[in-house]
Amino acid sequence: MTKPENEITWKDLEIGFIVTEPGNASQYKTGDWRSQRPIIDKEKCNKCTLCSIYCPEGCIEQTDEGYFEANLFYCKGCGICAKECPKKAITMVEEEE
Amino acid sequence: MAKRVGMEISVAISEVVKLANADVIAAYPITPQTHIVEHLAKLVADGELDAEYIPVESEHSAMSACLGASAVGARTFTATAGQGLELMHEVIYVASSMRLPIIMTVVNRALSAPLSVWSDHSDAMSVRDTGWIQIFVENGQEAIDNVICAFRIGEDRRVLLPVMIHLDGFHLSHMIEPILLPEQDEVDKFLPKNDYPLPLDPAKPVSMGDFAPPVIYSETKWAQEVNLRAAKEVILQCWNEFGNHFQRYYSPVECYHCEDADVLLLTMGSFSETASMTIDKMRKEGRNVGLLKLRLWRPFPFDEIRQAVKKAKVLIVLDRALSFGGPGGPVCSEIRSALYDEENKPKVVSFVGGLGGRDITVADFEEIVNKGIEISQKGSNKEFEIFGVRE
Repeated sequence: MTKPENEITWKDLEIGFIVTEPGNASQYKTGDWRSQRPIIDKEKCNKCTLCSIYCPEGCIEQTDEGYFEANLFYCKGCGICAKECPKKAITMVEEEE
Repeated sequence: MAKRVGMEISVAISEVVKLANADVIAAYPITPQTHIVEHLAKLVADGELDAEYIPVESEHSAMSACLGASAVGARTFTATAGQGLELMHEVIYVASSMRLPIIMTVVNRALSAPLSVWSDHSDAMSVRDTGWIQIFVENGQEAIDNVICAFRIGEDRRVLLPVMIHLDGFHLSHMIEPILLPEQDEVDKFLPKNDYPLPLDPAKPVSMGDFAPPVIYSETKWAQEVNLRAAKEVILQCWNEFGNHFQRYYSPVECYHCEDADVLLLTMGSFSETASMTIDKMRKEGRNVGLLKLRLWRPFPFDEIRQAVKKAKVLIVLDRALSFGGPGGPVCSEIRSALYDEENKPKVVSFVGGLGGRDITVADFEEIVNKGIEISQKGSNKEFEIFGVRE
């Protein structure tokens, strides 16, 4: 869709809310659901990739430095990465903004 | 020219579904709707109707199959009654929300328990707020005429909504009546082909019935509401054009001797036939009474109701369903609320009767009118009167 979702009016919708653009779920900001965000301690991280594999949202990507970072547009703050990290390198911190 | 035939109304409905050239019928037989789907199955099996007949394992599946069929742009028909309508319930909302023009005859039947196969409107009232266009018919001719109209209304690009035609079980479904059955070319001239604008099509993929987070759900519901209200104009146009083609005109509210009437009775469905006989009798005796027949139930005809009752002193509404622990009759409750802010309005008296197939005779209607007038004068501390229950 061309407009941000919070600006779409009822008149902009297709009949019966039919979606004519495939793959537009990627535009949906599930990051809104988050109450905690994962913070990675690079001192402890050994770049094992387990956080990325366990992430149910598939939103943890490898950076150019080889570390892993959650894409906060999608990250729901579930904390599975922090729970699974064998090095305890990930801490969940309250979202306060 | 239309043939005048003596035909069971259920069979006549199947015959017009054939004349409408339905593509898909998915249905599960249930009393008193059975004859409609039985005859349609026969028409398909005999090669008289070129359609897919899907004999599903439940009404929930029937409506689900109808969703899929309608979504690819097929002209889709089903029928059910009472418990079947209840089993279908969640999918009924999906049909209207997805704007799929499925046509369904609901052969009204009382709900269990205790088990009853006989007629009242409790099944219809349970689907009142599902977003379908809903029309109540009074006799066989109205039933078949409105099934033809339903296809044209529902499939109209300005509407694209499913339509329920409500007809009373047994009193209508199993009655043999003289019916003017139109010819194929007459129906073809009146009913254009179904042309759903955004069908499921591999060449141009769309997704239907999508997920809607809080940021968009309200917009989808408002779009649906605006659309259902706007459908009234198309319904009126369709009925008018149907009249021009077939010389039978329909309206949301039909007035029978009510122009100068002080006292109005309001009924919905087959009981309107009996009630009009009561009006004839009372008119002959010099009584100033009239009858309103409510035909269009959704979208509710607010303006027409207000217009029709504004000169009357008393309005007596008969409901064939009970809103337990609430206002009594659902129809009366809506009419009261439609009139609440009007300056000139009649006193409204609510009766509930005819439950589970209990008959209301010409004499009974006379008693209802007389009692209604008495209540309007003396007042009552009850929300509604139950008619004909032994104390």
